[in-house]
Amino acid sequence: MAYELMMRIWRGDRSGGELRDFTVEVEEGEVVLDAIHRVQATQAGDLAVRWNCKAGKCGSCSAEINGRPRLLCMTRLADFDPAETITVTPMRAFPVLRDLVTDVSYNYEKARELPSFAPAPRDADGKRPMMQADVERGQEFRKCIECFLCQDTCHVVRDHDENKPAFAGPRFFLRYAELDMHPLDTHDRRSLAQGAAGIGMCNITKCCTEVCPEGIQITDNAIIPMKERVVDRKYDPLVWLGSKIRRRDDRTEL
Amino acid sequence: MSTTDFERQTYDVVVIGAGGAGLRAAIAAHDAGARTAIVCKSLLGKAHTVMAEGGIAAAMGNVWSDDSWRVHFRDTMRGGKMLNNWRMAELHAQEAPERVLELEEWGALFDRTPEGLISQRDFGGHRFARLAHVGDRTGLEMIRTLQQHAVALGIDVFMECTITELLKDGDAIAGAFGYWRESGRFIVFEAPTVVLATGGIGKSYQVTSNSWEYTGDGHALALRAGASLINMEFVQFHPTGMVWPPSVKGILVTESVRGDGGVLRNSEGNRFMFDYIPEYFKAETADSEAEADRWYTDKAANRRPPELLPRDEVARAINAEIKAGRGSPHGGVFLDIASRRDAAYIRKRLPSMYHQFKELADVDITAEAMEVGPTCHYVMGGVEVDPDSGASIVPGLYAAGEVAGGMHGSNRLGGNSLSDLLVFGRRAGLNAAYHAKRLAGRLPAVDDAAVRAAADVAVAPFAAAVEESGPGENPYTLQRELQESMQALVGIIRTDQELSQAQKGLDGLEHRAQHLAVEGHRQYNPGWHLALDLPNMLLVSRCIAVAARERTESRGGHTREDFPATDDHWGTLNLVLTLDEQGQVSMARQPLPQMPDELRPLFEQG
Repeated sequence: MAYELMMRIWRGDRSGGELRDFTVEVEEGEVVLDAIHRVQATQAGDLAVRWNCKAGKCGSCSAEINGRPRLLCMTRLADFDPAETITVTPMRAFPVLRDLVTDVSYNYEKARELPSFAPAPRDADGKRPMMQADVERGQEFRKCIECFLCQDTCHVVRDHDENKPAFAGPRFFLRYAELDMHPLDTHDRRSLAQGAAGIGMCNITKCCTEVCPEGIQITDNAIIPMKERVVDRKYDPLVWLGSKIRRRDDRTEL
Repeated sequence: MSTTDFERQTYDVVVIGAGGAGLRAAIAAHDAGARTAIVCKSLLGKAHTVMAEGGIAAAMGNVWSDDSWRVHFRDTMRGGKMLNNWRMAELHAQEAPERVLELEEWGALFDRTPEGLISQRDFGGHRFARLAHVGDRTGLEMIRTLQQHAVALGIDVFMECTITELLKDGDAIAGAFGYWRESGRFIVFEAPTVVLATGGIGKSYQVTSNSWEYTGDGHALALRAGASLINMEFVQFHPTGMVWPPSVKGILVTESVRGDGGVLRNSEGNRFMFDYIPEYFKAETADSEAEADRWYTDKAANRRPPELLPRDEVARAINAEIKAGRGSPHGGVFLDIASRRDAAYIRKRLPSMYHQFKELADVDITAEAMEVGPTCHYVMGGVEVDPDSGASIVPGLYAAGEVAGGMHGSNRLGGNSLSDLLVFGRRAGLNAAYHAKRLAGRLPAVDDAAVRAAADVAVAPFAAAVEESGPGENPYTLQRELQESMQALVGIIRTDQELSQAQKGLDGLEHRAQHLAVEGHRQYNPGWHLALDLPNMLLVSRCIAVAARERTESRGGHTREDFPATDDHWGTLNLVLTLDEQGQVSMARQPLPQMPDELRPLFEQG
């Protein structure tokens, strides 16, 4: 059931670029990345695109398909009318390097700014018991494949580079929430989430959740609870008093 | 451009590759006080380890207290048909549990037992449930944990940077030469030690679970630097890859499906694995469906289902069923868990399989069977290393993980790769750091002529595009032809005639690869990148074909139709490959290291 697919692919670099038309033969069951690879192998050997696993597990092939942030490897051609032209552009929130490849170093900088896990000591037998129910919330967040589509779609930074220094973005709110909910962590990063990471700038429009290819409930399960924890810390007089006597589950505030 | 204008970086230890082995090596080297760099072809966190699904094999005894490193060691050696380097298998079994606990210390959230310990699941070839896991995305958990720890330690990472040549001073490592994928600019690392952690070679095959990065770079870099490779004839075809639709052919379907109760059936509905139990594993394998089904809950009184034989056995059986005309509509066999476990259990234990089949094949694995077939997954062969330190025969050059050889013998058990990465990544990193420290003040120097030569080789495909009288060779076309040839002639079942044909084919491809031509410029140019990876793919393909032709027996991941029996004489020999002065692959037979007497009784019991 092969057919000729019409594509428009953005080609260019930091200095600018344009949409170019390609027509490429595609087969039943293929995904957008297959079509791009065929363009690369037969028509434009230097067409730049990031990819690795081609199975939705590594989060490398993020781009925008008809304006929507998606993984190229998990977007099936069967979801489109064969007569439709599919437009593929690089992620808009990040500077273009070349063609569909963007400079995602913003995300790696934000990762470096986030203080890492700091566990309590092991038990005498050398183990660290944790109950499944207690790790499950964190496990949902650790499904994140760092495709950065949530960062790309987030309106706080999508067209506002000026917000980037003060805003870590949904992917890292997920990480803050994960560590805050980790049964063994000894750090309290709530001030950092509010201050350095700017979680207050998020007004929970849920765009990040909508584009997450892993189906993580970023807004409901991570950002909103994290916002509540930050607020608890700031305004609850009992929590404030408690924190003066004994820190919340013995965590050290960072 | 003069070589003095190239970017230069100086480190004690340069780790090439940022999968499990590379990250673990870098963390170890850093902890030992070495100035350490990680250089990787992709973005950090995207390496192939991310695709590992089932788990990390470690005899922690959390689920079956009878488990111990001795049982794990025995399973590993038997799975590798005793061709493993016994010392590597021993170290691996002894140290894996602590390496898993260490990951937990760095933030990994493994699935738990009811008592709150790390849960362990069943897998092929392992006597006890022993794979620490997170659903079926254990590799993601592992790479993210190591990545986050490496970042917290402040280790320098050179992302999207490809090493094309190792640099030497006399016999010893002096550094590495590469290019930034983004800009195409060259970079020279000056370092007395290099740890290769580049993974495998699967991209030389048409149907593979491996990503584009798996072009055998480390294998080829090591050979060209004077190191030796062993066991290259042993390539693992994972029994269960997706077969349909065509675009996903080869994508891995985790062994956990079988570990968690899934069974293989042919088009007649038979659980055919009962017909393929080899003599070697008869004593420990169930011979009826009833016994096999009881085993999941009672391992003391029952034997393992034949679906959980080592991968080489299962892959050959599936291959035989398909050839006998009892395959599924799209040329595989059926893998059925839907009729054996309830939907909630399947979604909980195998979330990414559920997602993968739903999204890519329109198959609901809680309601219907999957179609699966063998896919090139792993190379047992690799750089010959000292088992304790990971040192190759080249001073300063280390290797760990899939690029190292010996640990898995002729066939790797599922789950033993992630543990291998951790155990030997750490060992290689530590020993590289010690080596650098011992050399302090007597550092090898990078030879400028070698840098110049590496740069000239790297830009040749652009020159060819201008100078060739014809259009030059398209790297994508050449890669496709190589993949087709390796798949057809050096695949699961091999014959002398086909291996000889494969070598002739490689002669032609090698000749054409001298005329590779690429369009465009050096900024993020995938065609150029492929043109630079291709010589590595051709070299490792040559190694596989040469060694496979020489080994006239069948064992593990090497099956000869013309020599179907396992031969005891070959069981004492490794094939060692090096490059001679003309750059041709040369081969020697070398006796296998002998296991000490105190370990032998482990193999005498049933």
